[in-house]
Amino acid sequence: MKPPPFDYYAPDTLDEALALMAQHGYGAKALAGGQSLVPTMNFRLAAPSVLVDLNRIPDLSYIRLAPDGGLLIGAMTRHVQAEKNPKVADKHPLLHATMPNIGHPQIRNRGTLGGSIAHADPAAELPALMRAVQGRIKAQSARGSRWIPADDFFQGFFTTALAEDELITELHLPPLPAGSGWAIEEVARRHGDFALVGAFAILHLDGAGRCDHVRISLFGVGDGPMLATTAMGVLRGEKLDDEAIATAAEAAAQKDVDPPSDVHATASFRRHLVNVLVQRTLTQALARAAGQEVTA
Amino acid sequence: MSTRYIGKRMKRNEDPRLLTGRALFTDDVHLPGMLHVAFLRSDYAHGRIKGIDTSFAREIPGVVAIYTAEDLGDYWRPGPLLVPPPPVEGRVFHARTQVPLARDKVRHVGEPIVMVVAESRYIAEDAVEQIFVDIEPLPAVTDLEQALAPDAPLIHEDLDSNLAAHIIQQKGDYAEAVEKADVVIRRRFYYDHGVAAAMENRGIVAWWDGKAERLTMWDTTQAPVVIRNGIAAMLGLSESQVRVIAPFIGGAFGPKIMMFYPEEVLLPWAAMQLNRPLKWIEDRRENFMSTTHERDQIHWAEIALTKDGKILGVKDEFIHDSGAYDPYGLTVPINSQCTLLGSYDIPNYYSDMKVVFTNKMIVTPYRGAGRQHGVFVMERLLDLAARELGMDVTEIRRKNYIPPDKFPYNNEIIYQDFAPLVYDSGNYEPLLDKVLALIEYEKFIKEEQPKLRAEGRYVGIGVVSYVEGTGIGPYEGARVQVETTGKVNVATGVGTQGQGHFTSFVQVVAEHLGVDPKDIYLVTGDTDIFHWGTGTFASRGMVVAGNAINSAAERVKRKILQMASQELEAPVEDLVLEGGFVRDQRHPESFVALKDLAVKANPLRGAVKADAEPGLESTAYFGPERGATAFGTHAMIVEVDPETFDVKILRYVAGHDCGVMVNPLIVDGQVRGGVAQGIGNAFYEKIVYDDQGQLLTASFMDYLVPTSMEVPHIELVHTETPSPLNPLGVKGVGEAGAIPVAPLFVQAVENALAPLAELEITEAPISPNRLFELVQEARQKV
Repeated sequence: MKPPPFDYYAPDTLDEALALMAQHGYGAKALAGGQSLVPTMNFRLAAPSVLVDLNRIPDLSYIRLAPDGGLLIGAMTRHVQAEKNPKVADKHPLLHATMPNIGHPQIRNRGTLGGSIAHADPAAELPALMRAVQGRIKAQSARGSRWIPADDFFQGFFTTALAEDELITELHLPPLPAGSGWAIEEVARRHGDFALVGAFAILHLDGAGRCDHVRISLFGVGDGPMLATTAMGVLRGEKLDDEAIATAAEAAAQKDVDPPSDVHATASFRRHLVNVLVQRTLTQALARAAGQEVTA
Repeated sequence: MSTRYIGKRMKRNEDPRLLTGRALFTDDVHLPGMLHVAFLRSDYAHGRIKGIDTSFAREIPGVVAIYTAEDLGDYWRPGPLLVPPPPVEGRVFHARTQVPLARDKVRHVGEPIVMVVAESRYIAEDAVEQIFVDIEPLPAVTDLEQALAPDAPLIHEDLDSNLAAHIIQQKGDYAEAVEKADVVIRRRFYYDHGVAAAMENRGIVAWWDGKAERLTMWDTTQAPVVIRNGIAAMLGLSESQVRVIAPFIGGAFGPKIMMFYPEEVLLPWAAMQLNRPLKWIEDRRENFMSTTHERDQIHWAEIALTKDGKILGVKDEFIHDSGAYDPYGLTVPINSQCTLLGSYDIPNYYSDMKVVFTNKMIVTPYRGAGRQHGVFVMERLLDLAARELGMDVTEIRRKNYIPPDKFPYNNEIIYQDFAPLVYDSGNYEPLLDKVLALIEYEKFIKEEQPKLRAEGRYVGIGVVSYVEGTGIGPYEGARVQVETTGKVNVATGVGTQGQGHFTSFVQVVAEHLGVDPKDIYLVTGDTDIFHWGTGTFASRGMVVAGNAINSAAERVKRKILQMASQELEAPVEDLVLEGGFVRDQRHPESFVALKDLAVKANPLRGAVKADAEPGLESTAYFGPERGATAFGTHAMIVEVDPETFDVKILRYVAGHDCGVMVNPLIVDGQVRGGVAQGIGNAFYEKIVYDDQGQLLTASFMDYLVPTSMEVPHIELVHTETPSPLNPLGVKGVGEAGAIPVAPLFVQAVENALAPLAELEITEAPISPNRLFELVQEARQKV
C-alpha cells in the first residue's frame, strides 16, 4: 500500500497550477484534500505521474453570497468549513443538512468541496446535491474559464466534463426557490460510509397548491448522480398527497434507476431503497413547503 | 478472603504509555542498515505456476534481493502441524500445511510467491509490480458443499478428495431420544465468522548480529517462545542464539497465534543470508488476504424434545471450511462440536463433522474459535423449539440448564485440549435472573413492547446463554524476584496484545508481596527474559500464567517471611508484608525493608547454607488438569426500521461469570470488546469471495467493522462462581463477550419484526439487505 513514484509540485499561485496542468496534461492529477486520491494511489489503482498540490494556493477557500442570493464556494473549501458556516446554515439549509452525511469528521476536516465534485463518486452526496439544486461548476485552465451546469458536468463513472488541463475553482449553488421544501436522506451501512442509496428532493407549490418545481436527485444507484425524471414528471402540476408521492416513488424505483449490485446491496434492495427514500424525502420536502418544522 | 489488590478495579498501568504513543510496537523498531520486504502474492485462488520472471525487478535501483521458492533450497519446507487431531476413534485427518513461498501451485489468493528485499518498502512494492508470474488458472473450490462433490477440482492432488478431516463424536443414544420425543425440529444453519481485523496488522523485524552470532526477532506473535524454538530448529541454531520479542501488539484475537506464517520463516533466514536487518509490516490489504480468517460452517441440526420443553437429544452434521491448508488442526471445528451443547443438560448427542479444503485463506481460531458456530445452532434450535411449543425463550433455557448440583459436569465430548470437556463449576439461573431483572424483561414484554408496537415501532428483545471452555493447559511459567532496589520484577512467557497484563498480573504479585503496583516491573513475551511457555490464546492468560505468577509470588513471600522471621525474631504468623516492608504486627516498631532482605539473600561475602537458593526469587509453573468453564447470558433490545431494515440496538445487557475477577475493570473491558466484535459478526462483517476465489472484501471500505458509533453502551452484570481447578479461582474471559451475540441479535430481530412477518433466521451474519429478502420470502409464503 505504497504509491508508485510520481513527481510532486506545490504551486503557490493558481496561474502556476494551471500552467502545470497544461504542461503535464493527462498524467497530472490535482491534489485537493486527498481523501479519495491518496488511498487510490496507495492501492495502486491510480498512478498519476504528476501531482499538483493545490493546498498552498490562497484564495480558493471561501464561502460568499452570490448576486442571485445563492452561494459561491471556493473549490478548496474544506467540508468542515461549509458544515460550520453560518451563511450556509442561513442561506442554504439543504447544503447545511447535507454536510454531516459526508464521511467522518476527520475526512471532513481535510476533504474539499471541489475535490468531491471533481472525483464524481457515484455514491457521494455533493455531486447529487449539485444536480438537485441546478448548481454550476467553474472550470479554469490556462486557456480561460467556463461555467458548466451540474446536469452536464457529471458524465459517468468517475467521469466529468473537465478537460485534462482544467481545475475546478468555484462552485455556484443557486438559492432554493422561495418557499420551497427540501430534504436529504441516505441509507448507509454505518454512519459515514458511502451511501447504498441516497436521495435529495426539492419541491415548490404554486398558489393553488400544485407542484410547480420539483427536483429529485439520487446517488449510489448508477454510474453518477442521477435525476428521477419520470418521478419528477409524475409530480409536476399535481396536488401532492401521500398517494401522489407513493406513485412518484414507485416510478423512481421502477423507471428511473437501474442500480448496481455489490457486496453491500443487491440491485433489488437498492431499488426498494430508492422507493423508500424518495417517499421519505418528498414527504419531508412537502411538509417544509407547507411551512412545517421537520426533524429528519 | 479479604484482599488488597485482587478484585480491585485498578486503572491499567500500561495505558499512559499506550495512549501517549510511547509503547514499543514492531514497526517502531528501526535498526541501522535495515532493509524492507514486500511480497508478490497470488492473484489466483488456484493455479499452476509455469514460470516466474524477476529480471525486470532486479534492475530497479534499490532492490537488494529477490527470492522464489527455488532460491530457498533445502530451507523450503511445509510448516509444522501445530495442533494434532484429537484422539477420537475412527477419525480421518489429512495434514496439509502452508509453505513459505508457493512452488508448483498456488492454493489461495494472497499466497506468497516471491519475496523482494529493497532499500525501502516503496521500492520493494515497485519491484513486485515488475515481477511476472505465469500462472495457469485452475477451477477454484469455494463452496463448502461442492468441495466434496466427486468432480470437484483437487486442491491437494495427492489426496482423493478435498476432505481434510472427518470426526464423529457422540454421547448417549440419539435414536432413542427421538423415539421418546414429542417434538423433533430439523433445520439447516449457516454461520459465518469473519476476520479479527486487529488494529495492528502483523509485522516482523529480523536482525542477525554476526559478531554476537545471535538472531533477534520482533514479531507480532501471540507465542514468542514457540516461535523462538521453531526458528532455531529451522535455521540450525541453538535456542539460546535466538531471541524473540513480542512487544506491545495492537490486538491479536487468535490469528497471531498461527504458526508459522511464511513471513516468520522467511525474514530471519533472509536476514542471515544478507547480513542486514529486515523489516516487513503487513498492510491492511495483505492482512485481509494473508492473515488467517475464521469463516463459515453449514450445519444440518436436529433437536428432540418432550412437549414440556425438556431436551432429549441433539443431532448435528456439519461441514467446516479449513481453507487451503490445515496447520492448526481441528481446534475450530472441535470447539464448535463441543461447545454446541452449551449451558444445557443434554443426555444424547450425535455430531458428525467434515472439514474441507477450499481455495481460500487458512482458517484458524479468532476470538470464540468456532464456539460461536455451535452456540448459534443450539440457541436457534431452542428458539425454534420454544416457538413450536409456545414457550417463552427464557423458560425453555431455564428448564434445560445444567442444575448447580451437577457440577463438575461431564459434557463427554472431546474438546480442543484433547480431553472430554468437564465443566468445573457453574450456576446458571442466578445470572439469568440478574440479566432479566436489569433489562426488565417482563416489563418489556408485557408493557413496553405492546405500547411501542401500537405506535408502529418494531422493537424486540432477545436472551441467549452460552458457556466457554477457557484456560486450557498445557502450562505457563513465571519468575518473581524482589530486587535489592526494592522493586519487584516479574517475567512470564506469554505475550501481551492489549489484555491489561501489566495491571492484572501485577495485582496478583502485589497481593502477596504488599508492594505498590507501581514498583512491580513486568516483562511479557521476551524469550531472553523467560523462555518457557506456550502463548496467549484460548482465554488462558490469567488462568494459566496468572496462577503461575500467583504461585511464584507465594513462594517468594514464604522466603521473605522466613528471612524476616529470623531477622525480626518474630514468628512468621505475626508478620505482614505491606508498603515494601515486613512488619511485626505485635511490635509495629519492628520492621525490615524488602530491599534489605534482598541484599541479605544475595550476600557478597560470608557463608550461605549449602542448599540455599540466592535472592528473593522463585520460578513457578502452573498446568491446570483441565480448563475452567466460564458462562454467560446476554440480552438485547433492538428496533428495526421496517423499510430500510437498519437495526438499532437500544439496550445491551451482558451477564457473565468468569469466576474470581482479579480486576473487574479489565473484565468489563474484555466483555465489552468481545461484544463489539460480536456485533460486527452479527450485522456488519462478512468476508466475501466470489466463485473464482477472488476476495471481494480486502479493505475497510468493504469489510465493515463496527465503530464506536455502532456499538451501544453495554450494561454489565456479573456473578462469581470460582473455579475449583486453580488457586486463584479464575476462569478466562478473553473470548466470552464475542460468543453469543449473533444468535441473540437474530432472536431480537425476529421478535421485533414479528408483526411484519414470521421470520425464521437460520444464518448469520445478517445484513439489512438479507433481512429485506427474508421478509419478502416470508410474506410470499403466507
